[in-house]
Amino acid sequence: MNSGSASLWPTFLQAIVETLQMVSVTLLVGGFAGLVIGILLYTTRAGNLLANRPVFTALNVLVNTVRPIPFIIFITAIQPLTVEVTGTSYGTEAVIFPMAIMATFGTSRIVEQNLVALDPGVIEAARAMGAGPLRIILTVIIPEALGPLVLGYTFLFVAITDMSAMAGAVAGGGLGDFALQYGYQRFNPVVTWFTLGVIVVIVQLGQVLGNWLARRVMRR
Amino acid sequence: MTAMVTLRDVSKTFTGSSGPVHAVDGVTLDVERGDVFGIIGYSGAGKSTLVRLINGLERVTGGQVLIDGQDVTDHSERQLRSVRVGIGFIFQQFNLLNSRTVAGNVGYPLRVAGWPKERREARVAELLEFVGLVDKARQYPDQLSGGQKQRVGIARALATSPQLLLADEATSALDPETTKDVLDLLRRVNLELGVTVVVITHEMSVVSYLCNKVAVMENGKVAEQGSVYDIFSAPQQEVTRRFITSALHDRPRPDVLERLRERHPGRIVTVSVREEAGSGTLLTQQLRAHGVDGSIVYGGITEVDSRPLGSLTLELVGDDTSIDALIADLRVRTDVEEHVRPAASGEGRSR
Repeated sequence: MNSGSASLWPTFLQAIVETLQMVSVTLLVGGFAGLVIGILLYTTRAGNLLANRPVFTALNVLVNTVRPIPFIIFITAIQPLTVEVTGTSYGTEAVIFPMAIMATFGTSRIVEQNLVALDPGVIEAARAMGAGPLRIILTVIIPEALGPLVLGYTFLFVAITDMSAMAGAVAGGGLGDFALQYGYQRFNPVVTWFTLGVIVVIVQLGQVLGNWLARRVMRR
Repeated sequence: MTAMVTLRDVSKTFTGSSGPVHAVDGVTLDVERGDVFGIIGYSGAGKSTLVRLINGLERVTGGQVLIDGQDVTDHSERQLRSVRVGIGFIFQQFNLLNSRTVAGNVGYPLRVAGWPKERREARVAELLEFVGLVDKARQYPDQLSGGQKQRVGIARALATSPQLLLADEATSALDPETTKDVLDLLRRVNLELGVTVVVITHEMSVVSYLCNKVAVMENGKVAEQGSVYDIFSAPQQEVTRRFITSALHDRPRPDVLERLRERHPGRIVTVSVREEAGSGTLLTQQLRAHGVDGSIVYGGITEVDSRPLGSLTLELVGDDTSIDALIADLRVRTDVEEHVRPAASGEGRSR
Protein backbone atom coordinates (compact mmCIF):
# COMPACT_ATOMS: atom_id res chain seq x y z
CA MET A 1 0.00 0.00 0.00
CA ASN A 2 3.10 2.15 0.03
CA SER A 3 3.50 2.43 -3.74
CA GLY A 4 3.20 6.16 -3.58
CA SER A 5 -0.46 5.96 -2.97
CA ALA A 6 -2.07 6.75 0.36
CA SER A 7 -5.05 7.33 -1.92
CA LEU A 8 -5.47 3.56 -2.31
CA TRP A 9 -6.82 3.25 1.24
CA PRO A 10 -10.40 4.42 0.58
CA THR A 11 -10.64 2.06 -2.39
CA PHE A 12 -9.25 -0.74 -0.26
CA LEU A 13 -11.73 -0.15 2.57
CA GLN A 14 -14.50 0.01 -0.02
CA ALA A 15 -13.31 -3.39 -1.32
CA ILE A 16 -13.52 -4.89 2.16
CA VAL A 17 -17.09 -3.63 2.53
CA GLU A 18 -18.00 -5.05 -0.88
CA THR A 19 -16.52 -8.43 -0.03
CA LEU A 20 -18.41 -8.58 3.27
CA GLN A 21 -21.57 -7.52 1.46
CA MET A 22 -21.22 -10.20 -1.23
CA VAL A 23 -20.37 -12.89 1.28
CA SER A 24 -23.11 -12.08 3.79
CA VAL A 25 -25.93 -11.71 1.26
CA THR A 26 -24.87 -14.90 -0.53
CA LEU A 27 -24.57 -16.77 2.75
CA LEU A 28 -28.02 -15.66 3.80
CA VAL A 29 -29.88 -16.22 0.52
CA GLY A 30 -27.91 -19.24 -0.74
CA GLY A 31 -27.70 -20.68 2.76
CA PHE A 32 -31.46 -20.60 3.24
CA ALA A 33 -32.39 -21.81 -0.25
CA GLY A 34 -29.72 -24.51 0.06
CA LEU A 35 -31.14 -25.60 3.41
CA VAL A 36 -34.57 -26.04 1.85
CA ILE A 37 -33.26 -27.98 -1.14
CA GLY A 38 -30.91 -30.03 1.04
CA ILE A 39 -33.76 -31.03 3.34
CA LEU A 40 -35.88 -31.92 0.30
CA LEU A 41 -33.03 -34.04 -1.09
CA TYR A 42 -32.78 -35.86 2.23
CA THR A 43 -36.47 -36.33 2.94
CA THR A 44 -37.51 -37.36 -0.58
CA ARG A 45 -34.83 -40.04 -0.77
CA ALA A 46 -36.24 -43.60 -0.96
CA GLY A 47 -37.38 -44.87 2.44
CA ASN A 48 -37.31 -41.44 4.08
CA LEU A 49 -39.99 -39.16 5.49
CA LEU A 50 -41.36 -37.75 2.20
CA ALA A 51 -39.98 -40.45 -0.10
CA ASN A 52 -40.71 -39.30 -3.65
CA ARG A 53 -38.59 -40.66 -6.46
CA PRO A 54 -39.45 -38.10 -9.21
CA VAL A 55 -38.78 -35.10 -6.95
CA PHE A 56 -35.58 -36.62 -5.59
CA THR A 57 -34.29 -37.52 -9.03
CA ALA A 58 -35.09 -34.07 -10.47
CA LEU A 59 -33.35 -32.25 -7.61
CA ASN A 60 -30.43 -34.63 -7.64
CA VAL A 61 -29.81 -34.18 -11.36
CA LEU A 62 -30.18 -30.39 -11.07
CA VAL A 63 -27.68 -30.15 -8.23
CA ASN A 64 -25.24 -32.47 -9.98
CA THR A 65 -25.49 -30.46 -13.18
CA VAL A 66 -24.91 -27.00 -11.73
CA ARG A 67 -22.32 -27.77 -9.06
CA PRO A 68 -19.38 -28.85 -11.21
CA ILE A 69 -19.55 -25.75 -13.47
CA PRO A 70 -16.49 -23.57 -12.74
CA PHE A 71 -17.80 -20.41 -11.11
CA ILE A 72 -15.98 -18.03 -13.46
CA ILE A 73 -17.74 -19.67 -16.42
CA PHE A 74 -21.04 -19.85 -14.57
CA ILE A 75 -20.99 -16.05 -14.08
CA THR A 76 -20.75 -15.47 -17.83
CA ALA A 77 -23.13 -18.30 -18.73
CA ILE A 78 -26.07 -16.95 -16.77
CA GLN A 79 -25.36 -13.31 -17.52
CA PRO A 80 -28.59 -12.83 -19.54
CA LEU A 81 -30.58 -14.07 -16.54
CA THR A 82 -28.55 -11.85 -14.20
CA VAL A 83 -29.43 -8.80 -16.31
CA GLU A 84 -33.07 -9.88 -16.24
CA VAL A 85 -33.13 -10.16 -12.46
CA THR A 86 -30.78 -7.43 -11.25
CA GLY A 87 -31.05 -5.04 -14.17
CA THR A 88 -27.29 -4.88 -14.63
CA SER A 89 -24.52 -7.10 -15.93
CA TYR A 90 -21.64 -5.77 -13.85
CA GLY A 91 -20.91 -4.57 -10.36
CA THR A 92 -21.39 -6.10 -6.91
CA GLU A 93 -25.10 -6.78 -7.30
CA ALA A 94 -24.55 -8.52 -10.61
CA VAL A 95 -22.09 -10.90 -9.02
CA ILE A 96 -24.18 -11.63 -5.94
CA PHE A 97 -26.87 -13.24 -8.12
CA PRO A 98 -24.72 -16.02 -9.63
CA MET A 99 -22.98 -16.42 -6.26
CA ALA A 100 -26.29 -17.01 -4.48
CA ILE A 101 -27.36 -19.60 -7.06
CA MET A 102 -24.07 -21.46 -6.94
CA ALA A 103 -24.09 -21.32 -3.12
CA THR A 104 -27.63 -22.71 -3.04
CA PHE A 105 -26.59 -25.87 -4.85
CA GLY A 106 -23.36 -26.22 -2.91
CA THR A 107 -25.20 -25.80 0.40
CA SER A 108 -27.92 -28.28 -0.52
CA ARG A 109 -25.33 -31.03 -0.94
CA ILE A 110 -23.58 -30.12 2.33
CA VAL A 111 -26.90 -30.06 4.19
CA GLU A 112 -28.00 -33.38 2.69
CA GLN A 113 -24.71 -35.06 3.58
CA ASN A 114 -24.98 -33.93 7.19
CA LEU A 115 -28.57 -35.12 7.48
CA VAL A 116 -27.82 -38.56 6.07
CA ALA A 117 -25.74 -39.20 9.20
CA LEU A 118 -28.82 -38.63 11.38
CA ASP A 119 -30.10 -41.62 13.35
CA PRO A 120 -33.35 -42.61 11.58
CA GLY A 121 -34.57 -43.92 14.94
CA VAL A 122 -35.29 -40.45 16.30
CA ILE A 123 -37.41 -39.65 13.26
CA GLU A 124 -39.31 -42.90 13.70
CA ALA A 125 -39.82 -42.01 17.38
CA ALA A 126 -41.30 -38.64 16.43
CA ARG A 127 -43.59 -40.35 13.89
CA ALA A 128 -44.68 -42.83 16.56
CA MET A 129 -45.68 -39.86 18.73
CA GLY A 130 -47.94 -38.59 15.97
CA ALA A 131 -45.75 -35.75 14.66
CA GLY A 132 -46.25 -34.66 11.04
CA PRO A 133 -43.47 -34.17 8.45
CA LEU A 134 -43.13 -30.37 8.79
CA ARG A 135 -42.92 -30.59 12.57
CA ILE A 136 -40.38 -33.39 12.33
CA ILE A 137 -38.22 -31.32 9.97
CA LEU A 138 -38.33 -28.23 12.19
CA THR A 139 -38.18 -29.81 15.65
CA VAL A 140 -36.25 -33.03 15.11
CA ILE A 141 -34.18 -33.09 11.91
CA ILE A 142 -32.69 -29.57 12.08
CA PRO A 143 -32.05 -29.43 15.86
CA GLU A 144 -30.56 -32.94 15.94
CA ALA A 145 -28.15 -32.11 13.09
CA LEU A 146 -27.42 -28.53 14.16
CA GLY A 147 -23.80 -29.07 15.22
CA PRO A 148 -22.66 -30.61 11.91
CA LEU A 149 -24.82 -28.09 10.02
CA VAL A 150 -23.01 -25.16 11.66
CA LEU A 151 -19.68 -26.68 10.62
CA GLY A 152 -21.08 -27.18 7.12
CA TYR A 153 -22.06 -23.53 6.91
CA THR A 154 -18.61 -22.53 8.15
CA PHE A 155 -17.13 -24.48 5.26
CA LEU A 156 -19.61 -22.73 2.99
CA PHE A 157 -18.52 -19.31 4.27
CA VAL A 158 -14.94 -20.04 3.23
CA ALA A 159 -16.08 -21.29 -0.18
CA ILE A 160 -18.18 -18.17 -0.74
CA THR A 161 -15.30 -15.87 0.21
CA ASP A 162 -13.26 -17.76 -2.36
CA MET A 163 -16.03 -17.27 -4.95
CA SER A 164 -16.27 -13.55 -4.22
CA ALA A 165 -12.65 -13.14 -5.30
CA MET A 166 -13.70 -13.96 -8.86
CA ALA A 167 -16.05 -11.02 -8.95
CA GLY A 168 -13.35 -9.08 -10.76
CA ALA A 169 -14.49 -10.83 -13.91
CA VAL A 170 -17.59 -8.68 -14.06
CA ALA A 171 -16.09 -5.67 -12.30
CA GLY A 172 -17.85 -6.87 -9.18
CA GLY A 173 -15.53 -5.19 -6.75
CA GLY A 174 -14.36 -6.68 -3.49
CA LEU A 175 -10.91 -7.70 -2.32
CA GLY A 176 -10.21 -10.13 -5.17
CA ASP A 177 -10.96 -7.48 -7.75
CA PHE A 178 -8.81 -5.01 -5.81
CA ALA A 179 -5.85 -7.39 -5.65
CA LEU A 180 -6.02 -7.98 -9.41
CA GLN A 181 -6.44 -4.34 -10.37
CA TYR A 182 -4.04 -2.62 -8.01
CA GLY A 183 -1.63 -5.45 -7.26
CA TYR A 184 -1.25 -7.78 -10.22
CA GLN A 185 -1.94 -5.39 -13.09
CA ARG A 186 0.22 -2.60 -11.64
CA PHE A 187 3.08 -5.00 -10.88
CA ASN A 188 2.80 -4.29 -7.19
CA PRO A 189 3.07 -7.66 -5.38
CA VAL A 190 3.01 -5.99 -1.94
CA VAL A 191 -0.56 -4.83 -2.54
CA THR A 192 -1.51 -8.35 -3.67
CA TRP A 193 0.06 -9.94 -0.62
CA PHE A 194 -1.45 -7.43 1.77
CA THR A 195 -4.92 -8.00 0.29
CA LEU A 196 -4.38 -11.72 0.46
CA GLY A 197 -3.50 -11.35 4.15
CA VAL A 198 -6.78 -9.55 4.83
CA ILE A 199 -8.75 -12.29 3.03
CA VAL A 200 -6.96 -14.92 5.12
CA VAL A 201 -7.84 -13.02 8.32
CA ILE A 202 -11.54 -12.82 7.32
CA VAL A 203 -11.61 -16.54 6.55
CA GLN A 204 -9.87 -17.38 9.83
CA LEU A 205 -12.30 -15.28 11.85
CA GLY A 206 -15.22 -17.03 10.19
CA GLN A 207 -13.72 -20.45 10.87
CA VAL A 208 -13.04 -19.68 14.53
CA LEU A 209 -16.57 -18.33 15.01
CA GLY A 210 -18.09 -21.38 13.30
CA ASN A 211 -16.07 -23.85 15.39
CA TRP A 212 -17.01 -22.05 18.59
CA LEU A 213 -20.70 -22.03 17.65
CA ALA A 214 -20.68 -25.71 16.69
CA ARG A 215 -19.02 -26.64 19.99
CA ARG A 216 -21.66 -24.72 21.90
CA VAL A 217 -24.48 -26.37 19.97
CA MET A 218 -23.08 -29.86 20.43
CA ARG A 219 -22.32 -29.32 24.16
CA ARG A 220 -19.54 -31.91 24.20
CA MET B 1 -65.56 -56.19 25.38
CA THR B 2 -63.60 -55.11 22.31
CA ALA B 3 -59.96 -56.08 22.15
CA MET B 4 -57.33 -53.34 22.44
CA VAL B 5 -55.61 -54.61 19.30
CA THR B 6 -56.99 -57.01 16.73
CA LEU B 7 -54.91 -58.22 13.83
CA ARG B 8 -56.86 -60.17 11.22
CA ASP B 9 -54.74 -62.12 8.79
CA VAL B 10 -52.27 -59.23 8.43
CA SER B 11 -49.37 -59.44 6.01
CA LYS B 12 -46.50 -57.18 5.11
CA THR B 13 -44.51 -57.83 1.98
CA PHE B 14 -41.47 -55.70 1.18
CA THR B 15 -40.18 -55.53 -2.37
CA GLY B 16 -36.50 -56.21 -1.90
CA SER B 17 -33.78 -56.16 -4.53
CA SER B 18 -33.91 -59.98 -4.71
CA GLY B 19 -37.68 -60.33 -4.97
CA PRO B 20 -40.51 -59.89 -2.45
CA VAL B 21 -39.85 -60.49 1.25
CA HIS B 22 -42.79 -61.68 3.34
CA ALA B 23 -41.86 -60.10 6.68
CA VAL B 24 -45.27 -60.75 8.20
CA ASP B 25 -47.40 -63.50 6.71
CA GLY B 26 -51.03 -63.93 7.73
CA VAL B 27 -50.92 -63.12 11.44
CA THR B 28 -54.15 -63.15 13.45
CA LEU B 29 -54.17 -62.22 17.12
CA ASP B 30 -56.11 -60.33 19.79
CA VAL B 31 -54.57 -58.27 22.55
CA GLU B 32 -57.19 -57.80 25.26
CA ARG B 33 -57.36 -54.79 27.57
CA GLY B 34 -54.98 -55.19 30.51
CA ASP B 35 -52.86 -57.85 28.79
CA VAL B 36 -49.10 -57.85 28.77
CA PHE B 37 -48.77 -59.58 25.44
CA GLY B 38 -45.38 -60.96 24.47
CA ILE B 39 -44.37 -61.49 20.85
CA ILE B 40 -41.25 -63.63 20.80
CA GLY B 41 -39.11 -64.75 17.92
CA TYR B 42 -35.53 -64.95 16.71
CA SER B 43 -34.17 -62.02 14.71
CA GLY B 44 -35.74 -61.90 11.28
CA ALA B 45 -38.94 -63.57 12.46
CA GLY B 46 -40.91 -60.42 11.58
CA LYS B 47 -41.81 -59.30 15.10
CA SER B 48 -40.45 -55.74 14.77
CA THR B 49 -42.38 -55.30 11.54
CA LEU B 50 -45.50 -56.74 13.17
CA VAL B 51 -45.44 -54.23 16.04
CA ARG B 52 -45.06 -51.35 13.54
CA LEU B 53 -48.17 -52.55 11.72
CA ILE B 54 -50.13 -51.93 14.92
CA ASN B 55 -49.50 -48.15 14.99
CA GLY B 56 -49.17 -47.79 11.23
CA LEU B 57 -45.45 -46.92 11.11
CA GLU B 58 -45.54 -49.65 8.48
CA ARG B 59 -48.68 -50.19 6.40
CA VAL B 60 -50.12 -53.67 5.94
CA THR B 61 -50.15 -55.19 2.47
CA GLY B 62 -53.00 -57.50 3.47
CA GLY B 63 -55.47 -58.06 6.29
CA GLN B 64 -57.02 -55.72 8.85
CA VAL B 65 -55.77 -53.79 11.86
CA LEU B 66 -58.26 -52.76 14.56
CA ILE B 67 -57.30 -50.50 17.47
CA ASP B 68 -59.86 -50.54 20.26
CA GLY B 69 -62.49 -51.76 17.81
CA GLN B 70 -61.72 -49.07 15.23
CA ASP B 71 -60.54 -50.27 11.83
CA VAL B 72 -57.41 -48.24 11.01
CA THR B 73 -56.30 -50.31 8.03
CA ASP B 74 -57.25 -47.71 5.45
CA HIS B 75 -56.55 -44.61 7.54
CA SER B 76 -54.58 -41.86 5.84
CA GLU B 77 -51.22 -40.87 7.31
CA ARG B 78 -52.90 -37.80 8.84
CA GLN B 79 -55.63 -39.91 10.47
CA LEU B 80 -53.03 -42.35 11.75
CA ARG B 81 -51.20 -39.52 13.50
CA SER B 82 -54.07 -38.99 15.90
CA VAL B 83 -54.26 -42.76 16.49
CA ARG B 84 -50.53 -42.76 17.30
CA VAL B 85 -50.95 -40.03 19.92
CA GLY B 86 -52.91 -42.65 21.88
CA ILE B 87 -50.26 -45.36 21.53
CA GLY B 88 -46.92 -45.24 23.35
CA PHE B 89 -43.83 -46.71 21.71
CA ILE B 90 -40.48 -47.55 23.25
CA PHE B 91 -37.40 -48.60 21.33
CA GLN B 92 -34.39 -50.84 21.79
CA GLN B 93 -32.04 -47.91 21.09
CA PHE B 94 -34.21 -45.50 23.11
CA ASN B 95 -34.28 -42.97 20.23
CA LEU B 96 -34.16 -39.93 22.49
CA LEU B 97 -33.62 -36.47 21.03
CA ASN B 98 -30.03 -35.54 21.90
CA SER B 99 -30.74 -31.86 21.32
CA ARG B 100 -33.30 -31.80 24.13
CA THR B 101 -33.06 -32.27 27.88
CA VAL B 102 -34.74 -35.16 29.67
CA ALA B 103 -37.70 -32.88 30.44
CA GLY B 104 -37.71 -31.70 26.81
CA ASN B 105 -37.86 -35.28 25.57
CA VAL B 106 -40.68 -36.27 27.89
CA GLY B 107 -42.57 -33.10 26.99
CA TYR B 108 -42.14 -33.53 23.23
CA PRO B 109 -45.22 -35.72 22.60
CA LEU B 110 -47.25 -33.22 24.64
CA ARG B 111 -46.09 -30.43 22.31
CA VAL B 112 -47.18 -32.59 19.39
CA ALA B 113 -50.54 -33.10 21.08
CA GLY B 114 -50.82 -29.34 21.54
CA TRP B 115 -50.79 -29.10 25.34
CA PRO B 116 -50.26 -25.59 26.79
CA LYS B 117 -46.93 -24.96 28.54
CA GLU B 118 -48.18 -25.06 32.12
CA ARG B 119 -50.08 -28.33 31.83
CA ARG B 120 -47.11 -29.75 29.97
CA GLU B 121 -44.66 -28.88 32.72
CA ALA B 122 -46.90 -30.33 35.41
CA ARG B 123 -47.34 -33.56 33.45
CA VAL B 124 -43.59 -33.88 32.79
CA ALA B 125 -42.87 -33.51 36.52
CA GLU B 126 -45.45 -36.20 37.28
CA LEU B 127 -43.95 -38.58 34.72
CA LEU B 128 -40.37 -38.06 35.91
CA GLU B 129 -41.59 -38.80 39.42
CA PHE B 130 -43.19 -42.03 38.19
CA VAL B 131 -39.98 -43.28 36.54
CA GLY B 132 -37.75 -41.93 39.32
CA LEU B 133 -35.75 -39.37 37.32
CA VAL B 134 -36.83 -36.07 38.86
CA ASP B 135 -33.20 -35.06 39.50
CA LYS B 136 -32.24 -35.64 35.84
CA ALA B 137 -34.81 -33.28 34.32
CA ARG B 138 -32.23 -30.70 33.16
CA GLN B 139 -29.68 -33.21 31.91
CA TYR B 140 -29.16 -34.31 28.32
CA PRO B 141 -29.55 -37.93 27.13
CA ASP B 142 -25.81 -38.37 26.52
CA GLN B 143 -25.25 -37.82 30.26
CA LEU B 144 -27.47 -40.79 31.21
CA SER B 145 -26.86 -44.53 31.53
CA GLY B 146 -28.70 -47.01 29.32
CA GLY B 147 -31.26 -47.86 31.99
CA GLN B 148 -31.93 -44.19 32.68
CA LYS B 149 -32.35 -43.51 28.95
CA GLN B 150 -34.94 -46.26 28.68
CA ARG B 151 -36.81 -44.86 31.67
CA VAL B 152 -36.90 -41.51 29.88
CA GLY B 153 -38.17 -43.42 26.84
CA ILE B 154 -40.94 -44.96 28.92
CA ALA B 155 -41.89 -41.63 30.53
CA ARG B 156 -42.04 -40.08 27.04
CA ALA B 157 -44.18 -42.94 25.73
CA LEU B 158 -46.61 -42.52 28.64
CA ALA B 159 -46.84 -38.72 28.37
CA THR B 160 -50.19 -38.54 26.60
CA SER B 161 -51.69 -41.24 28.89
CA PRO B 162 -52.00 -43.86 26.16
CA GLN B 163 -54.12 -46.97 26.67
CA LEU B 164 -51.60 -49.04 24.76
CA LEU B 165 -47.82 -49.25 25.01
CA LEU B 166 -45.70 -50.99 22.37
CA ALA B 167 -42.21 -52.05 23.47
CA ASP B 168 -39.81 -53.09 20.70
CA GLU B 169 -36.93 -55.03 22.29
CA ALA B 170 -36.99 -52.47 25.10
CA THR B 171 -34.43 -54.30 27.24
CA SER B 172 -32.21 -55.86 24.59
CA ALA B 173 -29.56 -53.15 24.86
CA LEU B 174 -29.43 -53.32 28.66
CA ASP B 175 -27.48 -55.42 31.16
CA PRO B 176 -29.38 -58.03 33.25
CA GLU B 177 -29.68 -55.85 36.36
CA THR B 178 -31.02 -52.84 34.43
CA THR B 179 -33.25 -55.14 32.40
CA LYS B 180 -34.98 -56.21 35.60
CA ASP B 181 -35.51 -52.56 36.66
CA VAL B 182 -37.04 -51.70 33.31
CA LEU B 183 -39.25 -54.83 33.32
CA ASP B 184 -40.44 -53.94 36.84
CA LEU B 185 -41.28 -50.46 35.60
CA LEU B 186 -43.25 -51.91 32.68
CA ARG B 187 -45.10 -54.16 35.11
CA ARG B 188 -46.02 -51.09 37.19
CA VAL B 189 -47.20 -49.35 34.02
CA ASN B 190 -49.53 -52.30 33.44
CA LEU B 191 -50.72 -52.80 37.02
CA GLU B 192 -50.84 -49.23 38.37
CA LEU B 193 -51.83 -47.35 35.23
CA GLY B 194 -53.84 -50.13 33.60
CA VAL B 195 -51.99 -49.74 30.32
CA THR B 196 -52.12 -52.66 27.88
CA VAL B 197 -48.58 -53.58 26.87
CA VAL B 198 -47.27 -55.39 23.78
CA VAL B 199 -43.70 -56.60 24.30
CA ILE B 200 -41.48 -57.61 21.40
CA THR B 201 -38.49 -59.69 22.49
CA HIS B 202 -36.16 -62.54 21.63
CA GLU B 203 -35.68 -63.43 25.30
CA MET B 204 -37.99 -65.98 26.90
CA SER B 205 -37.03 -64.66 30.34
CA VAL B 206 -38.67 -61.33 29.48
CA VAL B 207 -41.88 -63.13 28.51
CA SER B 208 -41.90 -65.39 31.59
CA TYR B 209 -41.22 -62.44 33.89
CA LEU B 210 -43.66 -59.97 32.45
CA CYS B 211 -46.31 -61.40 30.14
CA ASN B 212 -49.59 -63.20 30.63
CA LYS B 213 -49.98 -64.08 26.94
CA VAL B 214 -47.49 -64.89 24.25
CA ALA B 215 -47.30 -65.41 20.51
CA VAL B 216 -44.27 -67.25 19.17
CA MET B 217 -43.22 -66.06 15.72
CA GLU B 218 -41.19 -67.79 13.07
CA ASN B 219 -40.75 -66.81 9.40
CA GLY B 220 -43.38 -64.08 9.62
CA LYS B 221 -46.04 -66.43 10.99
CA VAL B 222 -47.33 -67.09 14.49
CA ALA B 223 -46.21 -70.63 15.32
CA GLU B 224 -48.41 -70.80 18.41
CA GLN B 225 -50.06 -68.45 20.86
CA GLY B 226 -51.94 -68.58 24.14
CA SER B 227 -51.45 -67.96 27.84
CA VAL B 228 -47.77 -67.91 28.76
CA TYR B 229 -48.19 -70.74 31.25
CA ASP B 230 -49.95 -73.02 28.79
CA ILE B 231 -47.42 -72.40 26.07
CA PHE B 232 -44.49 -72.88 28.45
CA SER B 233 -45.79 -76.00 30.12
CA ALA B 234 -46.97 -77.73 26.93
CA PRO B 235 -45.15 -76.32 23.91
CA GLN B 236 -46.42 -77.71 20.60
CA GLN B 237 -43.81 -76.33 18.23
CA GLU B 238 -40.09 -76.93 17.94
CA VAL B 239 -39.31 -73.19 17.92
CA THR B 240 -41.17 -72.78 21.22
CA ARG B 241 -39.27 -75.67 22.79
CA ARG B 242 -36.00 -74.04 21.78
CA PHE B 243 -36.99 -70.80 23.49
CA ILE B 244 -38.12 -72.60 26.63
CA THR B 245 -34.95 -74.65 26.92
CA SER B 246 -32.89 -71.48 26.54
CA ALA B 247 -34.88 -69.82 29.31
CA LEU B 248 -35.22 -72.60 31.87
CA HIS B 249 -31.97 -74.61 31.53
CA ASP B 250 -33.75 -77.27 33.56
CA ARG B 251 -33.15 -80.36 31.41
CA PRO B 252 -29.65 -81.85 31.17
CA ARG B 253 -27.99 -81.56 27.76
CA PRO B 254 -26.56 -84.81 26.31
CA ASP B 255 -23.03 -84.07 27.50
CA VAL B 256 -24.29 -83.23 31.00
CA LEU B 257 -26.30 -86.45 31.00
CA GLU B 258 -23.13 -88.37 30.10
CA ARG B 259 -21.31 -86.99 33.14
CA LEU B 260 -24.34 -87.65 35.37
CA ARG B 261 -24.32 -91.30 34.33
CA GLU B 262 -20.65 -91.64 35.19
CA ARG B 263 -21.31 -90.49 38.73
CA HIS B 264 -24.74 -92.06 39.24
CA PRO B 265 -25.18 -95.79 38.50
CA GLY B 266 -28.97 -95.87 39.15
CA ARG B 267 -31.75 -95.19 36.63
CA ILE B 268 -32.02 -91.53 35.64
CA VAL B 269 -35.39 -89.87 35.00
CA THR B 270 -36.53 -86.30 34.41
CA VAL B 271 -39.84 -85.40 36.05
CA SER B 272 -41.71 -82.28 34.90
CA VAL B 273 -42.77 -79.94 37.67
CA ARG B 274 -45.95 -77.95 37.05
CA GLU B 275 -48.48 -76.13 39.13
CA GLU B 276 -51.01 -78.95 39.35
CA ALA B 277 -48.84 -82.03 39.26
CA GLY B 278 -45.40 -83.40 40.00
CA SER B 279 -44.76 -80.93 42.76
CA GLY B 280 -42.21 -81.75 45.41
CA THR B 281 -44.76 -83.25 47.80
CA LEU B 282 -46.19 -85.64 45.22
CA LEU B 283 -42.72 -86.80 44.29
CA THR B 284 -41.58 -87.54 47.85
CA GLN B 285 -44.88 -89.30 48.64
CA GLN B 286 -44.55 -91.54 45.60
CA LEU B 287 -40.91 -92.34 46.30
CA ARG B 288 -41.79 -93.36 49.85
CA ALA B 289 -44.85 -95.38 48.74
CA HIS B 290 -42.80 -97.43 46.27
CA GLY B 291 -39.77 -97.84 48.53
CA VAL B 292 -37.47 -96.21 45.97
CA ASP B 293 -34.54 -93.93 46.85
CA GLY B 294 -34.42 -90.82 44.73
CA SER B 295 -31.68 -88.21 44.72
CA ILE B 296 -31.94 -85.01 42.73
CA VAL B 297 -29.00 -84.73 40.35
CA TYR B 298 -30.11 -81.90 38.06
CA GLY B 299 -33.03 -79.55 37.52
CA GLY B 300 -34.56 -76.12 37.68
CA ILE B 301 -37.90 -74.67 38.68
CA THR B 302 -38.86 -71.12 37.83
CA GLU B 303 -41.91 -68.98 38.14
CA VAL B 304 -43.91 -68.31 35.00
CA ASP B 305 -46.86 -65.95 35.28
CA SER B 306 -46.57 -66.42 39.07
CA ARG B 307 -46.82 -70.22 38.79
CA PRO B 308 -44.05 -72.83 39.18
CA LEU B 309 -42.62 -74.50 36.07
CA GLY B 310 -39.58 -76.64 35.42
CA SER B 311 -38.26 -80.16 35.89
CA LEU B 312 -36.14 -82.29 38.21
CA THR B 313 -33.76 -85.00 37.12
CA LEU B 314 -33.37 -87.81 39.65
CA GLU B 315 -31.30 -90.91 40.12
CA LEU B 316 -33.62 -93.72 41.24
CA VAL B 317 -32.18 -96.59 43.28
CA GLY B 318 -34.28 -99.67 44.11
CA ASP B 319 -35.49 -102.85 42.41
CA ASP B 320 -36.59 -102.46 38.78
CA THR B 321 -40.24 -103.46 39.28
CA SER B 322 -40.72 -100.85 42.06
CA ILE B 323 -39.12 -98.19 39.89
CA ASP B 324 -41.32 -99.15 36.90
CA ALA B 325 -44.40 -98.92 39.13
CA LEU B 326 -43.24 -95.53 40.47
CA ILE B 327 -42.74 -94.15 36.98
CA ALA B 328 -46.14 -95.44 35.90
CA ASP B 329 -47.79 -93.77 38.90
CA LEU B 330 -45.97 -90.47 38.28
CA ARG B 331 -47.00 -90.51 34.61
CA VAL B 332 -50.63 -90.33 35.66
CA ARG B 333 -49.97 -86.82 36.94
CA THR B 334 -47.01 -85.46 34.99
CA ASP B 335 -44.46 -86.14 32.27
CA VAL B 336 -41.61 -88.47 33.11
CA GLU B 337 -38.72 -88.99 30.75
CA GLU B 338 -36.37 -91.88 31.44
CA HIS B 339 -32.83 -91.51 30.13
CA VAL B 340 -32.09 -95.07 29.11
CA ARG B 341 -28.48 -96.16 29.42
CA PRO B 342 -26.66 -96.60 26.07
CA ALA B 343 -25.46 -100.07 27.16
CA ALA B 344 -29.03 -101.20 27.86
CA SER B 345 -30.70 -99.77 24.78
CA GLY B 346 -27.75 -99.86 22.40
CA GLU B 347 -29.00 -96.53 21.08
CA GLY B 348 -28.12 -93.96 23.70
CA ARG B 349 -31.32 -92.07 23.08
CA SER B 350 -33.66 -91.18 25.88
CA ARG B 351 -37.32 -91.86 25.51
